[in-house]
Amino acid sequence: MINKIVDTLQDAVSTIEDGAIVLISGFGESGNPTELTHALIDHGARELTLVNNNAGNGHVGLAALLESGNVRKMVCSFPRSTDSGVFDNLYREGKIELEVVPQGTLAERIRAAGAGIGGFYTKTSIGTPLADGKERRTYNCEEYVLEEPLHADFALVKAELADRWGNLTYRLAARNFGPIMCSAARTTIVQARQIVPLGDIPPETVVTPGIYVDYIVEVTNPASEREMIENGVHYVSGAAE
Amino acid sequence: MTKKLTRRQVAWRIAQDIEEGNYVNLGIGQPELVANFIPADREIVFHSENGILGMGPEPGPNEVDYDLINAGKKPVTMLPGGSFFHHADSFGMIRGNHLDICVLGAFQVSEKGDLANWSTGGPDAVPAVGGAMDLAVGARLVFVMTDHNTKKGDAKIVRKCTYPLTGPGVVNTIYSDIAVIDVRPDGLFVREKVPGISFDELQARTEAQIGGRASCRELSAPEIK
Repeated sequence: MINKIVDTLQDAVSTIEDGAIVLISGFGESGNPTELTHALIDHGARELTLVNNNAGNGHVGLAALLESGNVRKMVCSFPRSTDSGVFDNLYREGKIELEVVPQGTLAERIRAAGAGIGGFYTKTSIGTPLADGKERRTYNCEEYVLEEPLHADFALVKAELADRWGNLTYRLAARNFGPIMCSAARTTIVQARQIVPLGDIPPETVVTPGIYVDYIVEVTNPASEREMIENGVHYVSGAAE
Repeated sequence: MTKKLTRRQVAWRIAQDIEEGNYVNLGIGQPELVANFIPADREIVFHSENGILGMGPEPGPNEVDYDLINAGKKPVTMLPGGSFFHHADSFGMIRGNHLDICVLGAFQVSEKGDLANWSTGGPDAVPAVGGAMDLAVGARLVFVMTDHNTKKGDAKIVRKCTYPLTGPGVVNTIYSDIAVIDVRPDGLFVREKVPGISFDELQARTEAQIGGRASCRELSAPEIK
């Protein structure tokens, strides 16, 4: 019997090793796997490369993982926000490497990795410093730049419903990077708000088919990063259950 | 005589150029205001880069849901007929030329329609590009919403951008607080200007050469509270 369900967050992240490349779902605070991210802080893997659209807010979730000192490099499109002081300080102090990628290129690099595409040409970034040093090609009199797939060792993803095969749905616009990140990682770890019996998710509403998912843990009441920040929460290692 | 439009009036002016049935992406910040001024008889579909078509207005205080936000991370609502999709599909729509219009802010626009809006290139600035480069190359029409000059009075419409580019030759029309300027193959062409300044004054506040002296119309907008 296929059963991708694990009992605890700790079990879910236990195989993440030092130096891993980890995709983390979410856009702003929509779709962030906050509990899995905190479990990764507790797990203590070091020298990580993280991929997310942003670079965290306050001192919780992704920002707390950056603050733990366990992250060597951040790959994202938009590291600035109203509350991105943790990343800003690490960057200005030279303690973290930053790779800025246009958002659509970031998404397509992740998709390409999941779909077995060895690279693609895009017009995005042509004529800008972000295209420097990259191979060019002209199609129909327009210039394109070569972008490579972004493979990862792990993905941490937040979903709404999951079943034991790993079929997933997402809530509202919290879908964002989730489906493509599930497909691009060697090992995909999902926190779902509810695990339902096999067959309860109608096949036509499955967004991520279970083939892309390896581990599922149920987090019934996922934290609101906004509320945690408003309440002054600073996540520190060992605070998770 | 009107010397300059308010931001809301510029947003109103842009909204008048968005046509029935257009699929439109509004950039973070000032461009978001445009949604408030779409004429009531036009059905427009708003796209948000984080995977939304059919985005509706700001929610009421009891409807706020942070799983339903726009590109600026602010809460929004969905209209009947709306849909969600993942990020690669969302940017496929953008790069694949399926959007009719995007409205972006600008640090500088050049006489060739080059856009610089993501980095001032300063050594201390944390670079952040978001979806701007994809929108700049992907949308059928790129509208820029900007003050005509910086707070210090420097020109933002320039011969050549000094800031790092977002995209070369991508801008179609510039909507500033004093003029509407089209980017044409032969240069910048003033479509409208506020009546309170002369064409010579407008040229003096624009580093790039501008045409349209004889044909430009009056730029006006209703009073908006």
